Amino acid sequence: MQHCIETKELGRTFKGQEKKVVKALDNVTLTIEDGEIFGLLGPNGAGKTTFIKILTTLLLPTSGAAYVKGFNVAKEQNKVRKIINLVSGGETPGYGILSVKENLWFFSQLYGLSTSVANEKIKQLIVDLDIEEFTNSRMAKLSTGYKQRLSLARGLLNDPKVLFLDEPTLGLDVLTSMKLRSYIVDWAKKEKKGTVLLTTHYMAEADEMCDRVAIIDRGKILACDSPLTLKEKLGENQIVKIEVSSVQADFSFLEKMKGIVGHSQTRSIQTNTTTLKVMAREESMLSEIVSKLEEQKLKILSTNKAEPTLEDVYISLVGRGFEEE
Amino acid sequence: MREQLVHDLRAAYARLWVRIKGGNREPEWLIAEMIIPVLTLSAYIYIYKMLKAPPEFAGFVIIGGTMVAFWTNVLWNMSAQFYWEKETGTLEVYFVAPISRMAILFGMALGGFVNTTLRAITVLLAGILIFQVPLTLNEPLTALLLFFLTIIALYALGMLFASLFLMYGREAWHTANLLQEPVHFLSGSYFPYTYLPFLVQLLSSMIPLTFGLDGIRRVIIMGQGIGSVWPNIVALVIFILILLPLAKFALSYMENLGKKEGRLTLRWQ
Repeated sequence: MQHCIETKELGRTFKGQEKKVVKALDNVTLTIEDGEIFGLLGPNGAGKTTFIKILTTLLLPTSGAAYVKGFNVAKEQNKVRKIINLVSGGETPGYGILSVKENLWFFSQLYGLSTSVANEKIKQLIVDLDIEEFTNSRMAKLSTGYKQRLSLARGLLNDPKVLFLDEPTLGLDVLTSMKLRSYIVDWAKKEKKGTVLLTTHYMAEADEMCDRVAIIDRGKILACDSPLTLKEKLGENQIVKIEVSSVQADFSFLEKMKGIVGHSQTRSIQTNTTTLKVMAREESMLSEIVSKLEEQKLKILSTNKAEPTLEDVYISLVGRGFEEE
Repeated sequence: MREQLVHDLRAAYARLWVRIKGGNREPEWLIAEMIIPVLTLSAYIYIYKMLKAPPEFAGFVIIGGTMVAFWTNVLWNMSAQFYWEKETGTLEVYFVAPISRMAILFGMALGGFVNTTLRAITVLLAGILIFQVPLTLNEPLTALLLFFLTIIALYALGMLFASLFLMYGREAWHTANLLQEPVHFLSGSYFPYTYLPFLVQLLSSMIPLTFGLDGIRRVIIMGQGIGSVWPNIVALVIFILILLPLAKFALSYMENLGKKEGRLTLRWQ
């Protein structure tokens, strides 16, 4: 059976500083099926963009092979390019001096659309993505959110069979992110237009949008399943959030405690607080953690039991959160 | 095959359209691009007048200044284009699209040519009208042939540079800076290159602009015909035959190298 995307022991190395070889992808074997919204979740530098760049023919693998709709991405590049498109978060969506409509027309020509087909398509996308009031505005004058809508419109111009989205909501406000996510889900699920491979480091985004998620860290796939199954696999582990009144709290004692699966912390300089998230095998460990924190003369502002999220799945796999990379 | 050709032509036309639209949308650019070259030419012409040089020297300067506009366009708007696309982040879009990279360069070249021609004609007319340069044009077709061959050779050189800029961004940027003035000098943009010492002339003969400028000046100012400029035509044809395939090969080689080394879309390198 042919998969929509298939990678076999895909590897990619780069020469780092002092000619040290850095493994960006390490024997990645994955399959993605037609119509799926598949998420690749990992911290910055995990290998997500490298993976997407190889699949979109922008980078060659150093080992293994990758196929999109059966076409080898290293050997049949033009066949791959005809059926895909790529939208990257924070990218410049065209030429600043041209209007939204002019930019879209320009890109439609790169995808081989006749002007009449292109104009119809552009009209529709401008309405769908709610950018009508800026149709004739220069791209340079658009806000970040509208620039990203323009990028997405560009990515959908050629009706790609596989749409690659590299951090598509990076730097966007909550409302714009929600709108874009909902549009992408409708495009893939309701209208059944194509398959989506999405990279993100926003847990909620992956949780909300994806049928399946692969968690990647240091170039290796650590787990791959539906968000629900991944969370269920956390089993009996207890997840607790503790808020303390300092940004300088020291949590190194957790490393020595038996029964701690992993932990992460978010420090807020504005409120001078740190929120510690701990995953432990037993609930009884909570009191021990609290007393260790009190020994540091930290004020405990709140303690809450939390429902498992994809971040907890990541913590359980690598023992730390994204922000500690 | 036919389908791909139509697709590539669409892409080339779109790139040409963007260049013309973008290049003329802000009129203040146009004014600067027309006035500054006229000022440069004026300086040279007044020096020649002061030195009591023959009147055709003013014509040499005007033709040189007109053609320099194309060379500058080739260097900064053609060779450097992929580099700028990379820095602004639009290069990825080109390289993920199912089009020939040469089609994009072809579109850029045509767009650059149209924009520069508008400016070059202004410089030419302003120069002729202000300085009353005597023209002796007996064979306009030969002049046109030389002009177009020079342009094709120059833009083919630009296409070749584009692939170097693509991979060696900043280093290539410095190279372009290094090339600008020496090429003006070696090709004899503001004086006949035949006044240069023999060894320097040998170096000049490696630049297509030298043959183009010399031929066009002979036909337009000295009133000579194809009988005397045929070596210039042959030289330009040889340049085109070498540079165009070399540009195609270099672009494909550099793209592949970029993908291997992971530097194709890496910015600020």
